[in-house]
Amino acid sequence: MGAVVGTLTMQTKQRQPSRDKVDDDLEMTMVCHRPEGLDQLEAQTNFSKRELQVLYRGFKNECPSGVVNEETFKQIYSQFFPHGDASTYAHYLFNAFDSGHSGSIKFEDFVTALSILLRGSTREKLQWTFNLYDINKDGYINKEEMTDIVRAIYDMMGKYTYPALKTDAPKQHVDAFFQKMDKNRDGVVTLDEFILSCQEDENIMRSLQLFENVI
Amino acid sequence: MAAGVATWLPFARAAAVGWLPLAKKTMPKPPVDKKSRNDEILIVNVSGLRFQTWKNTLDRYPDTLLGSSEKEFFYNEDTREYFFDRDPEMFRHILNFYRTGKLHYPRQECIQAFDEELAFYGIVPDIIGDCCMEEYRDRKKENQERLAEDTEAEMATDTPLPPNSTPRERLWRAFENPHTSTMALVFYYVTGFFIAVSVIANVVETVPCRPPKGSVKDLPCGEKYSVAFFCMDTACVLIFTFEYLMRLFAAPSRCKFMRSVMSVIDVVAIMPYYIGLVMPENEDVSGAFVTLRVFRVFRIFKFSRHSQGLRILGYTLKSCASELGFLLFSLTMAIIIFATVMFYAEKGTKGTNFTSIPASFWYTIVTMTTLGYGDMVPNTIAGKIFGSICSLSGVLVIALPVPVIVSNFSRIYHQNQRADKMRAQQKVRLARIRLAKKGTTNAFLHYKEEGGLQDHDSDSAALCLKNRSSFEHQHHHLLHCLEKTTNHEFTDELTYSEMCMTESVGYRTSRSTSLSSQQPVSSSCCPRRAKRRAIRLANSTVSVSRGSIQELDTLQVQKSSVVPQSRSSLNARTEDLKLNCEHRDYTAAIISIPTPPANTPDESLPPSPAVPGILRNSRSISSFTHETVKISSL
Repeated sequence: MGAVVGTLTMQTKQRQPSRDKVDDDLEMTMVCHRPEGLDQLEAQTNFSKRELQVLYRGFKNECPSGVVNEETFKQIYSQFFPHGDASTYAHYLFNAFDSGHSGSIKFEDFVTALSILLRGSTREKLQWTFNLYDINKDGYINKEEMTDIVRAIYDMMGKYTYPALKTDAPKQHVDAFFQKMDKNRDGVVTLDEFILSCQEDENIMRSLQLFENVI
Repeated sequence: MAAGVATWLPFARAAAVGWLPLAKKTMPKPPVDKKSRNDEILIVNVSGLRFQTWKNTLDRYPDTLLGSSEKEFFYNEDTREYFFDRDPEMFRHILNFYRTGKLHYPRQECIQAFDEELAFYGIVPDIIGDCCMEEYRDRKKENQERLAEDTEAEMATDTPLPPNSTPRERLWRAFENPHTSTMALVFYYVTGFFIAVSVIANVVETVPCRPPKGSVKDLPCGEKYSVAFFCMDTACVLIFTFEYLMRLFAAPSRCKFMRSVMSVIDVVAIMPYYIGLVMPENEDVSGAFVTLRVFRVFRIFKFSRHSQGLRILGYTLKSCASELGFLLFSLTMAIIIFATVMFYAEKGTKGTNFTSIPASFWYTIVTMTTLGYGDMVPNTIAGKIFGSICSLSGVLVIALPVPVIVSNFSRIYHQNQRADKMRAQQKVRLARIRLAKKGTTNAFLHYKEEGGLQDHDSDSAALCLKNRSSFEHQHHHLLHCLEKTTNHEFTDELTYSEMCMTESVGYRTSRSTSLSSQQPVSSSCCPRRAKRRAIRLANSTVSVSRGSIQELDTLQVQKSSVVPQSRSSLNARTEDLKLNCEHRDYTAAIISIPTPPANTPDESLPPSPAVPGILRNSRSISSFTHETVKISSL
């Protein structure tokens, strides 16, 4: 009789996934965002229609739901920097992209930021960068924020670098930065100081032109 | 890095602008992308089904056929599409891989077809997504197992013996595959019969027979007819010993044979007899001797050589060893637990059967396997409660590993069924394959008959050969080249054997008749064949403008005079070559018989009859004007 019962149980396959997880997943996929019309986006950004099409196709392929949340963003960004830990920097980057502070990047945010970075004027680019560095978005960059950013960037390098990373390298970097940028030595860098200092530096100006042909 | 992420690369690069103010050194120049960045739609035509995709999609995986420049080989300029002559249904999955980055395995497709498609498109199967990986691996393993046993089965039973096998190898083969020779079959059945006899004797000798005169007690038959049973036992043991020794002698690897299960069973079956012979008949030892007789029952396992089902059962148990082990372990655990509980529950009762924990083992086992003999029953309420829990859990514990064993047995059984079916169909298949092979050879010979071997300069040749496909033309040309290379020619079996027989005859006759003109007998050592050929020619639609048509038996070509004797003997073949086109001014049938070529000079007179013996026509068909075609009639 034991064998009979056993054979019967063999026929039925029982699967009981945890209900909560399934429900969560369903909810996730329900969220779907569609961008504004192509014409509007073309007007708002510096991209042509064709470029927007290409961008959107890539974006939609990766994120069929139309939005990127922070986890996914971190994952994607980490894949480009396998040596080190890119999650912290990705976090700051995410906040820079997510201009509406909604917790997820929509296609409009994506394309707006790209437009600035690739097709924008120098001032716009520098403004975007300032916004990136200003973690709490209060209009000032102080030393702590800068240290966090620099440390996050150094984290992306990973452990194995040449020459070997010293522990105070971020601090030194930040000090040098402030030396250059903080004109009135008040311990914080404002937007104008930042833009002014960058415009004085030829290297930075030249480098800004380099990234125009990425798309 | 997944290719999908590649679409985010431009974005990551753009974000690098954020590092610029911090940079200590200048940024390096970005790479210049010379390729046109315009994305275009490519059309991929797979057997008529048109797929369209962006070029970028395909470029994601540059290691594959579609992603690299290899696809240019398949580009069709006229239709401006890439054409692949492959399965369109499978291509869908391939293309989906490019689109989503995940390769899925379609469950309804044949695993081998899928693998071949993947190999064609340059995709490594390892990247199959997790969702389909398990199914893919299972199917692949199953397929490989099946192929392995197919090749095994092919090679095993019905392969013909190598020609120079020692008697020892033959003996071993007879033992392993009794179907191969009648002797082996006889031996197989004889041993089977004796195993049965021995087992039945063992059983019957314990049955009580009527007591002999003068006694009232029932006697087991074994003691009543002890001599008869002893003789039967001796005979069986002799046969088994003989068989064992023969097998040991014939085994290719004696050590391996002695370690194998069947040989151990053989030994265990015959040992008790010999030990019984050797041991003295005293009281102390005879107890042990009786125990030894139990081992005689192992003879029944010798039947497993004769029964495949038994072997399957044994193999199943072996392969389910882990499940069986688990079953045993869990049962033991449960038994100990419940026996302890029952013992302490029933401890207080007077006159209880549960005298100790080991004594309770028996109760637990009987209850868990739902036997319930009833020789031990609990009396207390606690005992009864725990007793019922015990029986319920017994069902569960036994039910768990049993399905695994059952499915294993089913799989192995079906495998065996399949092997048997394959073997049965093997003969038919082999016969069909042989027929097909013969067909192609015959086609070539037939082709040669009909004048395929000459140059195709003249239009007339085209007429003869218009019924052949271009594939056949080329194939026959290839075979012809091979003939030229090796200086040998193809022939069929019949002719070859005939030629071997008549070679000597032909040689002799040709010599004798070389100088004579019309020799009725000479030209052919196979008069029957000549007549047949003559009839065939008469029925043909050949137009001949010269020479006697009716009996065209021999044709000798002058040029091919340097055929060495030895070579012609190797060529033992018969060919009828019909050169039957309008421009030719002769038609002839050619027989090539090993003949000395030296006869040629004698036959320079055109209509004069031939030397018997035809030399190979094929070498000399370059120009017809120089050749003297001798036609002789028989």
